[in-house]
Amino acid sequence: MQSQVVRPNAPNLAEHAYRIRRNALLMGEVQGQGYIAQALGVADVLAVAYFHAMRYRPEDPEWEGRDRFLLSIGHYAIALYAALIEAGIIPENELETYGCDDSRLPMSGMASYTPGMEISGGSLGHGLALAVGYALGLKRKKSDAFVYCLFSDGECGEGAVWEAASGAGHWKLDNLIGIVDVNNQQADGPASEVTGGLEALADRFTAFGWYAQRVDGNDIAALTAAFDAARIAAVAQPRVIVCDTRMAKGVPFLEQREQNHFLRVEPDEWQKALAALEAGRAA
Amino acid sequence: MRSKYERPVSLLSRPSGQRLTTSAMIASLAGPDQRTRPAPFGHALAALAETRPEIVGLTADLGKYTDLHIFAKAHPDRFYQMGMSEQLLMCAAAGMAQEGFMPFATTYAVFAARRAYDFICLAIAEANLNVKVVCALPGLTTGYGPSHQATEDIAIFRGMPNLTIIDPCDALEIEQAVPAIAAHQGPVYMRLLRGNVPLVLDGYGYQFELGKAKLLRDGNDVLIVSSGLMTMRALETADQLRADHVDAGVLHVSTIKPLDEDTIIRAAAKPGRLVVVAENHSRIGGLGEAVAATLMRAGVTPAFRQVALPDEFLDAGALPTLHDRYGISTAAMTASIQRWLAA
Repeated sequence: MQSQVVRPNAPNLAEHAYRIRRNALLMGEVQGQGYIAQALGVADVLAVAYFHAMRYRPEDPEWEGRDRFLLSIGHYAIALYAALIEAGIIPENELETYGCDDSRLPMSGMASYTPGMEISGGSLGHGLALAVGYALGLKRKKSDAFVYCLFSDGECGEGAVWEAASGAGHWKLDNLIGIVDVNNQQADGPASEVTGGLEALADRFTAFGWYAQRVDGNDIAALTAAFDAARIAAVAQPRVIVCDTRMAKGVPFLEQREQNHFLRVEPDEWQKALAALEAGRAA
Repeated sequence: MRSKYERPVSLLSRPSGQRLTTSAMIASLAGPDQRTRPAPFGHALAALAETRPEIVGLTADLGKYTDLHIFAKAHPDRFYQMGMSEQLLMCAAAGMAQEGFMPFATTYAVFAARRAYDFICLAIAEANLNVKVVCALPGLTTGYGPSHQATEDIAIFRGMPNLTIIDPCDALEIEQAVPAIAAHQGPVYMRLLRGNVPLVLDGYGYQFELGKAKLLRDGNDVLIVSSGLMTMRALETADQLRADHVDAGVLHVSTIKPLDEDTIIRAAAKPGRLVVVAENHSRIGGLGEAVAATLMRAGVTPAFRQVALPDEFLDAGALPTLHDRYGISTAAMTASIQRWLAA
């Protein structure tokens, strides 16, 4: 069993989430479009991961004792960069280079480009299977670090996710914490229509031998409790937190947009978006 | 009208004692009088692991059929049975390599090349990880038909950056290759001969070197450039051609990528020789085309022929039958070369 203890709730998780969203909007503005709605949606999850649950050293992203965070959904790189900037792993002034030639922040996350990016995601279905290898490797080393893997509802259409789910259950990888972002939006439309099976997602993992929880992925208190339970649950099972999130959360006029998988934001809307985000900032 | 189920030879007209069964050569490619060693890969890996604690072995339900069971028995705590999940196999190996281990991941060549390609490419090769993918049943080394015959694995893998590809000939070379690929930093794909593997190269004072082609014998009339089990056949062919007063040399190219271009160009540039590339692989995308392109780029243009499998899905049956049918048995190869020389 892992020796990590439950930490007190950081009082400012909502503020971290706000700043992650703000970073994402500032990066989105550089391109004018992109996976901004996903970044806004998953910001609370990342805030809880990076500022409540995970162990790492900002000044030494390859520190052996760190918890590994694998971003399977490479296009969510904008969200992870926003969190890595907030966590002090990437300097804030690199925001403006997002997706530019020779930037360390390419639009799809790659390990060789960016400090804190453990894997090259983007070919969906790889992350959870890689996480199985990391988890096996950490156990061989008798490390008490966790492997977190962020993947998505649409990605669960990939067969390799279920090879990994089955393998992790079989190997009882209690150092593996999967996080599924369920925002019900994928390239061709709602994931509930394109892929299906979203209602049963937690049950599907349970059936594969996982300790599964399903939470409102934009409820910081619920997320905090779920991450705590995932870390300390006294069961020899891999853990998964299925997080229902709202696309573009925090910017109401973008939340209302249909088909926001690859969001186009007009030049005059960025300031409005930042202002809307600021208006909703927790007091 | 011809039935789609009709076979070229009417089996039932043949006495049962003359029916060659698919299980012929299933445990060993060796001929009746050939010397062999059992499971050279498994034994070599188990021995190497004694001094390399970072080595782990993973398989996808084919431990016994890739000789990894020898390693598993010697080092049970370092053996990972991933089940029938080749995509997971490759990613789990990548993840363990990320954590500092040196995984040897085994399956059949068809499953690695066809099913798990994207996972080897991005999780292993793009990250340039120290994973050794070792695959049994390369080319035409099973009579089970296209589901098991990896006739195009090299064509599939040659385009993958960072990946080293080797195709050893015999038990000795497999034993030598295991520590050599472990010493190489980066991903390797090794075509594996399993079971009782013929022993041939000890008679040639052979020493495997990664990236090096080796001239096993020289000859003035023909140069056979070969890899894998076809080098065994090439040596036998050279012996048979000698009886016909044809002097054939054999250049063994067990590292398919990176190709030892200098040695190949130098050997092929020797005037007056027919160059024959012999491989247990489709004529498309394998050693033959790699050598042809190398020679063309260098402006070396000898008479050139390929002994290789046709661009077809191949038949099921007994390997001796199929090797004859598709031209890669010693007899068929000898006849081809004699025909080319006479033309």
